[in-house]
Amino acid sequence: MDATILLFLVQDGLTNGAIYALLGFALVLLFTVTRTIFIPQGDFVAYGALTYALLRAGHLPGTVKLLAVFGATALAVELWSRRRDLTPGFIATQCATKLGVPLAIWAVVAVLGAAPRPVLLDLALTIAIVGPMGPYLYRIVFQPLGGATVLTLFIAAVAVHIALIALGLAFFGPEGQRAPALIATSLKLGPVVVSGQSLAVYATTILLTAALSAFFALTLRGKALHASAVNALGARLVGIDTHVSAKIAFALAATIGAVSGVLIVPMTTIYYDSGFVIGLKGFVAAIFGGLGSFIITGIAAFSVGIVEALASFFASSFKEIIVFSLIIPVLLVRSARSHHGDDEDH
Amino acid sequence: MTRAPLVALLAVLLALAVVPGIPPFWITLANNIGLAALVTLGLVLLTGVGGMTSFGQAAFVGIGAYTTAVLTTVYGLSPWASLPLVLLVTGFVAALLGLMTVRLPGFYLPLGTIAWGISLYFLFGKLDLLGRYDGIGGIPPLSIAGVSLASPQAMYVVIWLMVLAAFVATGNLLSSRTGRAIRALRGGGSAAESFGVDRARTKLTVFIYAGLLAGLSGWLYAHLQRSVNPTPFGLGIGIEYLFMAVLGGAGHIWGALVGAGAIVLLKDLLQRVTPMLVGADLQMEAVVFGAIIVIMLQTARDGLWPRLVALYTGGHHRQLAVPQADSPLPPRPAVAPGLTRRLLEVEAASKNFGGLMAVKQVSFGVSAGEIVVLIGPNGAGKSTTFNLITGVLGLSSGKVSFDGHVLADASPRQAAALGMARTFQHVKLVPDMTVLENVALGAHRRARAGTLRSLLRLDRAEEARILADAARQIDRVGLTEHLSKPAGSLALGQQRLVEIARALALDPRLILLDEPAAGLRHFEKQALAELLSKLRAEGLSVLLVEHDMGFVMGLADRIVVLNFGTLIAKGTPAEIRTHPAVIEAYLGGTE
Repeated sequence: MDATILLFLVQDGLTNGAIYALLGFALVLLFTVTRTIFIPQGDFVAYGALTYALLRAGHLPGTVKLLAVFGATALAVELWSRRRDLTPGFIATQCATKLGVPLAIWAVVAVLGAAPRPVLLDLALTIAIVGPMGPYLYRIVFQPLGGATVLTLFIAAVAVHIALIALGLAFFGPEGQRAPALIATSLKLGPVVVSGQSLAVYATTILLTAALSAFFALTLRGKALHASAVNALGARLVGIDTHVSAKIAFALAATIGAVSGVLIVPMTTIYYDSGFVIGLKGFVAAIFGGLGSFIITGIAAFSVGIVEALASFFASSFKEIIVFSLIIPVLLVRSARSHHGDDEDH
Repeated sequence: MTRAPLVALLAVLLALAVVPGIPPFWITLANNIGLAALVTLGLVLLTGVGGMTSFGQAAFVGIGAYTTAVLTTVYGLSPWASLPLVLLVTGFVAALLGLMTVRLPGFYLPLGTIAWGISLYFLFGKLDLLGRYDGIGGIPPLSIAGVSLASPQAMYVVIWLMVLAAFVATGNLLSSRTGRAIRALRGGGSAAESFGVDRARTKLTVFIYAGLLAGLSGWLYAHLQRSVNPTPFGLGIGIEYLFMAVLGGAGHIWGALVGAGAIVLLKDLLQRVTPMLVGADLQMEAVVFGAIIVIMLQTARDGLWPRLVALYTGGHHRQLAVPQADSPLPPRPAVAPGLTRRLLEVEAASKNFGGLMAVKQVSFGVSAGEIVVLIGPNGAGKSTTFNLITGVLGLSSGKVSFDGHVLADASPRQAAALGMARTFQHVKLVPDMTVLENVALGAHRRARAGTLRSLLRLDRAEEARILADAARQIDRVGLTEHLSKPAGSLALGQQRLVEIARALALDPRLILLDEPAAGLRHFEKQALAELLSKLRAEGLSVLLVEHDMGFVMGLADRIVVLNFGTLIAKGTPAEIRTHPAVIEAYLGGTE
């Protein structure tokens, strides 16, 4: 192996690592705010990737209809849970947010049709289609499970994952999709050629990370979310609606998933079930950070990307085994640290 | 409990194989249920009973199936000869993974199982020896005395005989000394540790046992299908096993059968019915499947089995007979006569948490046959002192010795072994175990029977002695009428008494009670005071933390007063009552 190959592998690893970092952030965010170990995070990636690829190709992606199905189900759950004190105003708001939004998005996508569009518009449409799925899923599945143990939420998340995979197959079919690179040109830095796609990935990761940090540090909503993450009971006592916090967290997670999908689909062919393994690598990173630290998660994500790139060169058929086995030493260190800990609160 | 009718039901199911006219398709489904029930049974023990969630059980099934596939096709072993080797290999891998996994706290444990579950699945598909993704074919069928058992009907009998044996053995295990230790693991198991249960070892035992059941299922699977490939051993299937356990009722072994049956039948039904409703190419059954699991979690978190039992029994608990035994458990050897030193000696004990000195240089002792009471305002360090004595917390400095032995840091098991038994300020009972079983956990160290003897029901004589002793302790605290109730159904005051009975079941030399009178009514307090006086008369030492001064003053031989982590006074009740430092601590200084 010479330096060129090494540089190429490292660049490849950093690009994938950036995406794992985004997914890791989403997982940490969801876990801290809702105590949910959100296995379906990767499915949002597949949904985002396929939605974007189909939009680019001028098709109407199936997720547009799926979003309407989710919205309608969430509406039904919401109205049923409040069936004793329904007011016309409440029904109207609920219909607007849970049925109006998906139908409006559907209409926009249908009107735009097959005409070629700028990349950013398709990116925005992808976020608009996949992003709201997060809060809808929360309303349907996780909000009624409020107060359940981490384990129960975990099992529910796994059930959601199974359903999302099947829905992915139903709405996208078994064919994989690939989209053209986000930026076609490449940049030459001395001996290193950085592809435009990689640049787009780095730029997006930096932008999203900065935006998330600003959201948490500067806005009241962000601070409320942070408060819910640190101490849910305390947050409720000072008047923060933890369900709203949770919905925002789910919306952010779905958005991050969709963006990650858009970033990854020009690099590899994505199928309806490709998301799981990608999401799991974000998980490996999030676990490095103890499902609590954004910084460690970010660093770990890049390490996972690089290890994966090197493994695919040296022992390609054992790539997955090597990456997932990385978790085990981390878990061992964690367990050694909490040697005397009781897990009674779980 | 409802065991006899279930065993009978299984026997009838077994007989179905020989009834002519049973559609072969039913037999295939029943075989799948049996295979899944074996794995789920292990998972119920691991997850529902032991509190460790595993998503990776399918990998153990794979290890069992691949081991026998290689041994019978490559090395030409007979299937029966490969069975012990299959169990050996599965047990070894389970021990190895278990050593890494069972110590993981909280949600790290299920994540760990996902990690090795996926890695093993990929490994099955990558190794040349295992035929990569094509797998291994041409596995010989089972045979007995030259008669081939290749037909699904013959395998049905083999599978369900093994299922029956596994359920009976597991039932035996759970109602034994080891079983009580396993059941006490959930919710942390720190109480179990205080009664001498080796938590890490018990967890590992359950983990290996669950792995072995999965390996057995894999062995049966390989000789039923006659070929193996990686697909049925992936994470998805591992998740399905967990669903079975949760749906059936993860805390109950028969829930494994209900869950396995329900999910296998449900999947089959969905596979046949949904395509008719929404079109064959949509594969919507997984969506319905996921939805059912979510709805189940939202509406019936404990699973189907408890509901079925409630239907059958109308929600009543069966009254157990008071257990009897022909001989008692061996008593603890008496303290050497003429012992003049204190039984418990606390010397300059200190504990700091970060910068906070919770206990500073506290020294006192307890002699044999003496009641010493630790009092002090809230936050005085009483419970910390308790935890230092019983080894729940390690000392920052100082020394605690008991009966001449210096206590190692943070070893509740050593404290239990030396004859210290305790109760907890926040009651730590296993709520769904009966009062009798909870108290019997206290006698853990006084008996020997291990996992194997329990599985084979060879522990019954000793078990009878344990239960008889537990019943005697329950009688001492006056709760005999509640013996067969789940401990969680008792009032808080009664639960405190159950904790005292459990402590007495250790046959202790010193009993440490953390606020035993809290939540008791007046006459219950009098009865408790009487009991403690009686124990003192029998030579037992008592150390208690208590707030109720009326209770304390009439009972204590000596009182030790703590405030802000330091000892401010010790002496007889009369001396303490007039001690200026105590009055100042409780009533505030007179400036």
